[in-house]
Amino acid sequence: MELDINKLENDFQARIDAGENIEPKSWMPEKYRKTHIRQISQHGHSEIVGMLPEGNWITRAPSLRRKVGLLAKVQDEAGHGLYLYSAAETLGISRDELFHQLHTGKAKYSSIFNYPTLSWADIGAIGWLVDGAAIINQVMLTRTSYGPYARAMVRICKEESFHQRQGYEMMLTLCAGTPAQKEMAQDALNRFWWPSIMMFGPRDEESPHTEQAMKWKIKLKTNDELRQQFIDITVPQAEILGLTIPDPDLKWNEETGHYDHGPIDWDEFWQVVKGNGRCNKERLGARVKAWDDGEWVRDAAMAFAEKKEKSKEAKKAS
Amino acid sequence: MSTKKEWPIWEVFIRSKNGLEHRHAGSLHAADAEMAMENARDVYTRRQEGVSLWVVESKHIVASNPEANGEMFAPAEDKVYRHPTFYELPIELKHM
Ligand SMILES: [Fe+2]
Ligand SMILES: [Fe+2]
Repeated sequence: MELDINKLENDFQARIDAGENIEPKSWMPEKYRKTHIRQISQHGHSEIVGMLPEGNWITRAPSLRRKVGLLAKVQDEAGHGLYLYSAAETLGISRDELFHQLHTGKAKYSSIFNYPTLSWADIGAIGWLVDGAAIINQVMLTRTSYGPYARAMVRICKEESFHQRQGYEMMLTLCAGTPAQKEMAQDALNRFWWPSIMMFGPRDEESPHTEQAMKWKIKLKTNDELRQQFIDITVPQAEILGLTIPDPDLKWNEETGHYDHGPIDWDEFWQVVKGNGRCNKERLGARVKAWDDGEWVRDAAMAFAEKKEKSKEAKKAS
Repeated sequence: MSTKKEWPIWEVFIRSKNGLEHRHAGSLHAADAEMAMENARDVYTRRQEGVSLWVVESKHIVASNPEANGEMFAPAEDKVYRHPTFYELPIELKHM
Protein backbone atom coordinates (compact mmCIF):
# COMPACT_ATOMS: atom_id res chain seq x y z
CA MET A 1 0.00 0.00 0.00
CA GLU A 2 2.84 2.32 1.00
CA LEU A 3 4.46 1.61 -2.33
CA ASP A 4 1.24 2.34 -4.19
CA ILE A 5 0.98 5.80 -2.65
CA ASN A 6 4.59 6.50 -3.50
CA LYS A 7 4.04 5.51 -7.08
CA LEU A 8 0.86 7.59 -7.32
CA GLU A 9 2.67 10.58 -5.87
CA ASN A 10 5.59 10.18 -8.24
CA ASP A 11 3.29 9.86 -11.24
CA PHE A 12 1.42 12.92 -10.04
CA GLN A 13 4.62 14.95 -9.75
CA ALA A 14 5.70 13.74 -13.19
CA ARG A 15 2.46 15.00 -14.69
CA ILE A 16 2.95 18.39 -13.09
CA ASP A 17 6.58 18.55 -14.19
CA ALA A 18 5.44 17.76 -17.74
CA GLY A 19 3.19 20.81 -17.60
CA GLU A 20 -0.05 18.86 -17.43
CA ASN A 21 -3.01 20.33 -15.57
CA ILE A 22 -4.67 18.42 -12.78
CA GLU A 23 -8.44 18.07 -13.15
CA PRO A 24 -11.06 17.48 -10.44
CA LYS A 25 -11.51 13.74 -10.78
CA SER A 26 -7.87 12.82 -11.20
CA TRP A 27 -5.96 11.34 -8.30
CA MET A 28 -4.12 13.94 -6.23
CA PRO A 29 -2.24 13.85 -2.94
CA GLU A 30 -4.49 14.75 -0.03
CA LYS A 31 -2.21 17.66 0.82
CA TYR A 32 -2.50 19.06 -2.70
CA ARG A 33 -6.28 18.94 -2.40
CA LYS A 34 -6.31 20.54 1.05
CA THR A 35 -3.83 23.24 0.11
CA HIS A 36 -5.98 24.13 -2.87
CA ILE A 37 -9.20 24.24 -0.89
CA ARG A 38 -7.48 26.58 1.55
CA GLN A 39 -5.94 28.81 -1.09
CA ILE A 40 -8.88 28.97 -3.50
CA SER A 41 -11.43 29.57 -0.74
CA GLN A 42 -9.24 32.24 0.84
CA HIS A 43 -9.01 33.87 -2.58
CA GLY A 44 -12.79 33.64 -3.02
CA HIS A 45 -13.45 35.05 0.43
CA SER A 46 -11.17 37.99 -0.39
CA GLU A 47 -13.26 38.81 -3.46
CA ILE A 48 -16.47 38.66 -1.43
CA VAL A 49 -15.26 40.56 1.63
CA GLY A 50 -13.47 42.96 -0.71
CA MET A 51 -16.84 44.25 -1.87
CA LEU A 52 -17.50 45.78 1.54
CA PRO A 53 -14.93 48.61 1.71
CA GLU A 54 -15.79 49.71 -1.84
CA GLY A 55 -19.52 49.19 -1.49
CA ASN A 56 -19.24 51.71 1.32
CA TRP A 57 -18.80 54.46 -1.28
CA ILE A 58 -21.21 53.50 -4.08
CA THR A 59 -24.03 55.74 -2.84
CA ARG A 60 -21.60 58.62 -2.34
CA ALA A 61 -19.80 58.47 -5.67
CA PRO A 62 -19.22 62.03 -6.91
CA SER A 63 -20.81 61.52 -10.33
CA LEU A 64 -22.99 59.09 -12.23
CA ARG A 65 -19.97 58.09 -14.35
CA ARG A 66 -18.02 57.11 -11.24
CA LYS A 67 -21.04 55.42 -9.74
CA VAL A 68 -21.77 53.08 -12.66
CA GLY A 69 -18.07 52.24 -12.91
CA LEU A 70 -17.73 51.40 -9.24
CA LEU A 71 -21.00 49.49 -9.19
CA ALA A 72 -19.87 47.37 -12.14
CA LYS A 73 -16.52 46.75 -10.48
CA VAL A 74 -18.05 45.63 -7.21
CA GLN A 75 -20.45 43.39 -9.13
CA ASP A 76 -17.45 41.84 -10.90
CA GLU A 77 -15.88 41.07 -7.53
CA ALA A 78 -19.04 39.17 -6.55
CA GLY A 79 -18.63 37.21 -9.78
CA HIS A 80 -14.96 36.53 -8.99
CA GLY A 81 -15.97 35.16 -5.61
CA LEU A 82 -18.46 32.84 -7.31
CA TYR A 83 -15.97 31.57 -9.92
CA LEU A 84 -13.55 30.78 -7.12
CA TYR A 85 -16.07 29.10 -4.84
CA SER A 86 -17.10 26.93 -7.81
CA ALA A 87 -13.48 25.97 -8.37
CA ALA A 88 -13.08 25.08 -4.67
CA GLU A 89 -16.25 22.98 -4.79
CA THR A 90 -14.74 20.76 -7.48
CA LEU A 91 -12.38 19.56 -4.74
CA GLY A 92 -15.24 18.15 -2.72
CA ILE A 93 -16.10 20.89 -0.26
CA SER A 94 -19.64 22.34 -0.21
CA ARG A 95 -20.53 26.00 -0.59
CA ASP A 96 -22.16 25.97 2.85
CA GLU A 97 -19.02 24.59 4.42
CA LEU A 98 -16.93 27.28 2.67
CA PHE A 99 -19.12 29.98 4.15
CA HIS A 100 -19.09 28.28 7.51
CA GLN A 101 -15.29 28.39 7.54
CA LEU A 102 -15.31 32.08 6.67
CA HIS A 103 -17.95 32.99 9.22
CA THR A 104 -16.29 31.13 12.06
CA GLY A 105 -12.89 32.63 11.28
CA LYS A 106 -11.36 29.29 10.29
CA ALA A 107 -10.74 30.54 6.75
CA LYS A 108 -8.95 33.81 6.19
CA TYR A 109 -9.30 36.51 3.55
CA SER A 110 -6.81 39.11 2.40
CA SER A 111 -5.88 41.48 5.21
CA ILE A 112 -6.05 44.50 2.95
CA PHE A 113 -9.84 44.53 3.34
CA ASN A 114 -9.55 45.09 7.06
CA TYR A 115 -8.45 48.66 6.44
CA PRO A 116 -11.14 51.35 6.40
CA THR A 117 -12.09 53.43 3.34
CA LEU A 118 -12.16 56.90 4.84
CA SER A 119 -12.40 59.09 1.75
CA TRP A 120 -13.43 58.87 -1.89
CA ALA A 121 -9.74 58.86 -2.83
CA ASP A 122 -9.38 55.53 -1.04
CA ILE A 123 -11.61 54.01 -3.72
CA GLY A 124 -9.20 55.28 -6.36
CA ALA A 125 -6.22 53.97 -4.40
CA ILE A 126 -7.85 50.55 -4.00
CA GLY A 127 -8.56 50.18 -7.72
CA TRP A 128 -5.05 51.29 -8.58
CA LEU A 129 -3.02 49.50 -5.89
CA VAL A 130 -5.11 46.66 -4.51
CA ASP A 131 -6.46 45.50 -7.85
CA GLY A 132 -3.02 46.18 -9.30
CA ALA A 133 -1.43 43.84 -6.77
CA ALA A 134 -4.19 41.29 -7.29
CA ILE A 135 -3.56 41.35 -11.05
CA ILE A 136 0.14 40.51 -10.60
CA ASN A 137 -0.77 37.53 -8.45
CA GLN A 138 -3.64 36.40 -10.65
CA VAL A 139 -1.73 36.61 -13.92
CA MET A 140 0.76 34.19 -12.40
CA LEU A 141 -2.08 31.93 -11.29
CA THR A 142 -3.48 31.55 -14.81
CA ARG A 143 -0.65 29.02 -15.19
CA THR A 144 -1.29 27.23 -11.91
CA SER A 145 -1.50 23.44 -12.08
CA TYR A 146 -5.11 22.92 -10.96
CA GLY A 147 -7.32 23.27 -14.04
CA PRO A 148 -10.49 24.80 -12.53
CA TYR A 149 -8.43 27.36 -10.59
CA ALA A 150 -6.39 28.30 -13.65
CA ARG A 151 -9.54 28.72 -15.76
CA ALA A 152 -11.19 30.89 -13.11
CA MET A 153 -8.05 33.05 -13.17
CA VAL A 154 -8.20 33.51 -16.93
CA ARG A 155 -11.77 34.74 -16.66
CA ILE A 156 -10.92 37.00 -13.72
CA CYS A 157 -7.84 38.50 -15.36
CA LYS A 158 -9.92 39.53 -18.37
CA GLU A 159 -12.13 41.53 -16.03
CA GLU A 160 -9.53 43.00 -13.70
CA SER A 161 -7.86 45.48 -15.96
CA PHE A 162 -10.90 47.73 -16.02
CA HIS A 163 -10.86 47.72 -12.21
CA GLN A 164 -7.37 49.07 -12.05
CA ARG A 165 -7.93 51.59 -14.80
CA GLN A 166 -11.07 53.05 -13.21
CA GLY A 167 -9.15 53.43 -9.94
CA TYR A 168 -6.15 55.02 -11.57
CA GLU A 169 -8.37 57.40 -13.52
CA MET A 170 -9.95 58.52 -10.24
CA MET A 171 -6.49 59.24 -8.87
CA LEU A 172 -5.57 61.15 -12.04
CA THR A 173 -8.68 63.29 -11.72
CA LEU A 174 -8.00 64.06 -8.06
CA CYS A 175 -4.35 64.86 -8.76
CA ALA A 176 -5.35 67.31 -11.50
CA GLY A 177 -7.87 68.95 -9.17
CA THR A 178 -7.58 71.43 -6.31
CA PRO A 179 -4.69 71.21 -3.83
CA ALA A 180 -7.15 69.74 -1.31
CA GLN A 181 -8.14 67.01 -3.79
CA LYS A 182 -4.53 66.19 -4.54
CA GLU A 183 -3.87 66.07 -0.79
CA MET A 184 -6.71 63.55 -0.49
CA ALA A 185 -5.10 61.36 -3.16
CA GLN A 186 -1.71 61.55 -1.41
CA ASP A 187 -3.31 60.66 1.91
CA ALA A 188 -4.98 57.61 0.37
CA LEU A 189 -1.65 56.49 -1.11
CA ASN A 190 0.03 57.01 2.26
CA ARG A 191 -2.42 54.70 3.95
CA PHE A 192 -2.74 52.05 1.25
CA TRP A 193 0.86 51.71 0.06
CA TRP A 194 2.25 49.50 2.80
CA PRO A 195 -0.84 47.28 3.19
CA SER A 196 -0.78 46.81 -0.61
CA ILE A 197 2.78 45.55 -0.74
CA MET A 198 2.02 43.29 2.23
CA MET A 199 -0.69 41.66 0.10
CA PHE A 200 1.95 39.40 -1.43
CA GLY A 201 2.43 37.75 1.95
CA PRO A 202 5.41 37.22 4.26
CA ARG A 203 9.00 37.40 3.04
CA ASP A 204 10.30 34.27 1.35
CA GLU A 205 12.40 33.32 4.39
CA GLU A 206 9.25 33.30 6.49
CA SER A 207 7.05 31.53 4.01
CA PRO A 208 7.56 27.83 4.77
CA HIS A 209 5.01 26.52 2.25
CA THR A 210 6.58 28.23 -0.74
CA GLU A 211 8.86 25.35 -1.70
CA GLN A 212 6.11 22.74 -1.87
CA ALA A 213 3.77 25.22 -3.56
CA MET A 214 6.35 25.84 -6.28
CA LYS A 215 6.98 22.13 -6.71
CA TRP A 216 3.29 21.54 -7.30
CA LYS A 217 3.04 24.67 -9.45
CA ILE A 218 0.43 26.14 -7.14
CA LYS A 219 2.70 29.17 -7.27
CA LEU A 220 5.15 30.02 -10.01
CA LYS A 221 6.84 32.95 -8.31
CA THR A 222 7.73 33.66 -4.70
CA ASN A 223 6.09 36.35 -2.58
CA ASP A 224 9.15 38.57 -2.77
CA GLU A 225 9.42 38.21 -6.55
CA LEU A 226 5.79 39.23 -6.99
CA ARG A 227 6.17 42.11 -4.56
CA GLN A 228 9.22 43.41 -6.43
CA GLN A 229 7.37 43.15 -9.72
CA PHE A 230 4.51 45.19 -8.27
CA ILE A 231 6.80 47.89 -6.89
CA ASP A 232 8.72 48.20 -10.15
CA ILE A 233 5.50 48.66 -12.10
CA THR A 234 3.84 50.99 -9.61
CA VAL A 235 6.57 53.53 -8.86
CA PRO A 236 6.45 55.12 -12.34
CA GLN A 237 2.64 55.21 -12.11
CA ALA A 238 2.90 57.26 -8.92
CA GLU A 239 5.31 59.60 -10.71
CA ILE A 240 2.77 60.23 -13.47
CA LEU A 241 0.25 61.16 -10.79
CA GLY A 242 2.79 63.44 -9.13
CA LEU A 243 2.39 61.60 -5.83
CA THR A 244 5.09 60.50 -3.40
CA ILE A 245 5.28 56.90 -2.28
CA PRO A 246 5.55 56.94 1.53
CA ASP A 247 8.87 55.11 1.70
CA PRO A 248 11.96 57.29 2.19
CA ASP A 249 14.23 54.34 1.35
CA LEU A 250 12.63 53.71 -2.02
CA LYS A 251 15.17 54.18 -4.78
CA TRP A 252 16.16 52.82 -8.15
CA ASN A 253 19.02 50.35 -8.00
CA GLU A 254 21.04 50.58 -11.18
CA GLU A 255 22.81 47.30 -10.49
CA THR A 256 19.79 45.07 -9.92
CA GLY A 257 17.50 46.93 -12.29
CA HIS A 258 14.86 47.09 -9.57
CA TYR A 259 13.64 49.50 -6.92
CA ASP A 260 14.98 48.95 -3.41
CA HIS A 261 12.42 49.53 -0.70
CA GLY A 262 12.47 50.18 3.02
CA PRO A 263 11.60 47.67 5.76
CA ILE A 264 8.03 46.41 5.93
CA ASP A 265 6.25 46.47 9.27
CA TRP A 266 5.49 42.76 9.59
CA ASP A 267 4.18 43.21 13.11
CA GLU A 268 1.33 45.20 11.67
CA PHE A 269 0.75 42.49 9.05
CA TRP A 270 0.50 39.71 11.63
CA GLN A 271 -1.67 41.81 13.91
CA VAL A 272 -4.22 42.29 11.12
CA VAL A 273 -4.02 38.61 10.13
CA LYS A 274 -4.73 37.66 13.73
CA GLY A 275 -7.90 39.73 13.70
CA ASN A 276 -6.72 42.95 15.30
CA GLY A 277 -6.99 45.21 12.26
CA ARG A 278 -9.25 48.24 12.32
CA CYS A 279 -12.14 46.61 10.48
CA ASN A 280 -11.82 42.84 11.06
CA LYS A 281 -14.88 42.67 13.31
CA GLU A 282 -16.97 44.95 11.16
CA ARG A 283 -16.21 43.04 7.92
CA LEU A 284 -16.90 39.62 9.31
CA GLY A 285 -19.95 40.94 11.15
CA ALA A 286 -21.39 42.27 7.88
CA ARG A 287 -20.81 38.92 6.17
CA VAL A 288 -22.42 36.89 8.92
CA LYS A 289 -25.38 39.25 9.08
CA ALA A 290 -25.95 39.03 5.32
CA TRP A 291 -25.83 35.23 5.52
CA ASP A 292 -28.16 34.99 8.50
CA ASP A 293 -30.61 37.57 7.18
CA GLY A 294 -30.72 35.77 3.84
CA GLU A 295 -31.51 32.39 5.29
CA TRP A 296 -35.29 32.66 4.92
CA VAL A 297 -34.84 33.71 1.28
CA ARG A 298 -32.66 30.69 0.52
CA ASP A 299 -35.09 28.35 2.25
CA ALA A 300 -38.14 29.91 0.61
CA ALA A 301 -36.59 29.65 -2.87
CA MET A 302 -35.77 25.99 -2.30
CA ALA A 303 -39.24 25.22 -0.92
CA PHE A 304 -40.85 27.00 -3.88
CA ALA A 305 -38.69 25.07 -6.35
CA GLU A 306 -39.65 21.78 -4.72
CA LYS A 307 -43.32 22.70 -4.75
CA LYS A 308 -43.19 23.56 -8.46
CA GLU A 309 -41.39 20.29 -9.18
CA LYS A 310 -44.04 18.32 -7.31
CA SER A 311 -46.97 19.94 -9.06
CA LYS A 312 -45.25 19.30 -12.40
CA GLU A 313 -44.96 15.62 -11.52
CA ALA A 314 -48.56 15.47 -10.33
CA LYS A 315 -49.73 16.94 -13.62
CA LYS A 316 -47.70 14.38 -15.56
CA ALA A 317 -49.22 11.54 -13.51
CA SER A 318 -52.82 12.64 -13.92
CA MET B 1 -25.00 26.42 8.33
CA SER B 2 -28.58 26.43 9.48
CA THR B 3 -30.03 26.45 5.97
CA LYS B 4 -31.93 23.21 5.56
CA LYS B 5 -30.81 22.42 2.10
CA GLU B 6 -28.10 23.84 -0.11
CA TRP B 7 -29.25 24.98 -3.56
CA PRO B 8 -28.13 22.44 -6.17
CA ILE B 9 -25.15 23.04 -8.48
CA TRP B 10 -25.71 23.77 -12.16
CA GLU B 11 -23.21 23.75 -15.01
CA VAL B 12 -23.27 26.67 -17.41
CA PHE B 13 -22.54 26.47 -21.14
CA ILE B 14 -22.23 29.51 -23.39
CA ARG B 15 -22.40 29.88 -27.16
CA SER B 16 -20.25 32.94 -27.71
CA LYS B 17 -21.69 33.58 -31.17
CA ASN B 18 -23.86 31.81 -33.70
CA GLY B 19 -21.82 29.33 -35.68
CA LEU B 20 -19.81 28.23 -32.64
CA GLU B 21 -20.60 25.45 -30.19
CA HIS B 22 -21.65 25.93 -26.58
CA ARG B 23 -18.68 25.73 -24.26
CA HIS B 24 -18.52 25.00 -20.57
CA ALA B 25 -18.07 28.27 -18.66
CA GLY B 26 -18.37 27.22 -15.04
CA SER B 27 -20.98 26.44 -12.45
CA LEU B 28 -23.28 28.08 -9.95
CA HIS B 29 -25.93 27.38 -7.36
CA ALA B 30 -29.64 27.93 -7.96
CA ALA B 31 -32.89 26.63 -6.52
CA ASP B 32 -34.39 25.83 -9.93
CA ALA B 33 -33.79 26.05 -13.67
CA GLU B 34 -35.26 29.50 -14.00
CA MET B 35 -33.01 30.90 -11.30
CA ALA B 36 -30.04 29.03 -12.72
CA MET B 37 -30.63 30.76 -16.05
CA GLU B 38 -30.88 34.20 -14.44
CA ASN B 39 -27.78 33.63 -12.34
CA ALA B 40 -25.89 32.32 -15.36
CA ARG B 41 -26.68 35.52 -17.21
CA ASP B 42 -25.54 37.68 -14.30
CA VAL B 43 -22.42 35.72 -13.41
CA TYR B 44 -21.13 34.60 -16.81
CA THR B 45 -22.37 37.07 -19.43
CA ARG B 46 -21.91 40.54 -17.96
CA ARG B 47 -19.92 41.61 -21.01
CA GLN B 48 -21.81 40.08 -23.91
CA GLU B 49 -19.91 36.82 -23.67
CA GLY B 50 -22.72 34.93 -25.32
CA VAL B 51 -25.81 34.71 -27.49
CA SER B 52 -27.14 31.48 -26.00
CA LEU B 53 -26.98 29.81 -22.61
CA TRP B 54 -27.47 26.24 -21.45
CA VAL B 55 -27.80 25.31 -17.81
CA VAL B 56 -27.93 21.73 -16.61
CA GLU B 57 -27.99 20.42 -13.09
CA SER B 58 -24.55 18.94 -12.44
CA LYS B 59 -25.94 15.66 -11.13
CA HIS B 60 -27.26 14.86 -14.61
CA ILE B 61 -23.82 14.87 -16.19
CA VAL B 62 -22.23 11.47 -16.63
CA ALA B 63 -18.46 11.77 -16.68
CA SER B 64 -15.81 9.27 -17.71
CA ASN B 65 -13.49 8.11 -14.99
CA PRO B 66 -9.92 9.45 -15.42
CA GLU B 67 -8.61 6.40 -13.57
CA ALA B 68 -9.84 4.32 -16.49
CA ASN B 69 -8.28 6.55 -19.14
CA GLY B 70 -6.05 3.68 -20.25
CA GLU B 71 -8.73 1.31 -21.43
CA MET B 72 -10.94 4.25 -22.45
CA PHE B 73 -8.65 6.16 -24.79
CA ALA B 74 -5.49 4.11 -25.37
CA PRO B 75 -7.07 1.81 -27.99
CA ALA B 76 -7.09 4.77 -30.40
CA GLU B 77 -3.35 5.27 -29.98
CA ASP B 78 -2.13 2.60 -32.43
CA LYS B 79 -4.77 3.18 -35.07
CA VAL B 80 -2.58 5.29 -37.26
CA TYR B 81 -4.54 4.11 -40.31
CA ARG B 82 -7.35 6.41 -39.17
CA HIS B 83 -5.24 9.39 -40.18
CA PRO B 84 -4.70 10.65 -43.73
CA THR B 85 -0.89 10.66 -43.39
CA PHE B 86 -0.88 6.86 -43.08
CA TYR B 87 -1.59 6.50 -46.80
CA GLU B 88 1.30 6.91 -49.22
CA LEU B 89 0.46 8.70 -52.41
CA PRO B 90 2.67 10.08 -55.23
CA ILE B 91 3.89 13.68 -54.90
CA GLU B 92 2.46 14.55 -58.33
CA LEU B 93 -0.99 13.99 -56.89
CA LYS B 94 -2.20 17.34 -55.67
CA HIS B 95 -5.24 18.32 -53.70
CA MET B 96 -6.01 15.10 -51.87
FE1 LIG C 1 -11.44 40.44 -8.25
FE1 LIG D 1 -10.88 43.57 -9.01
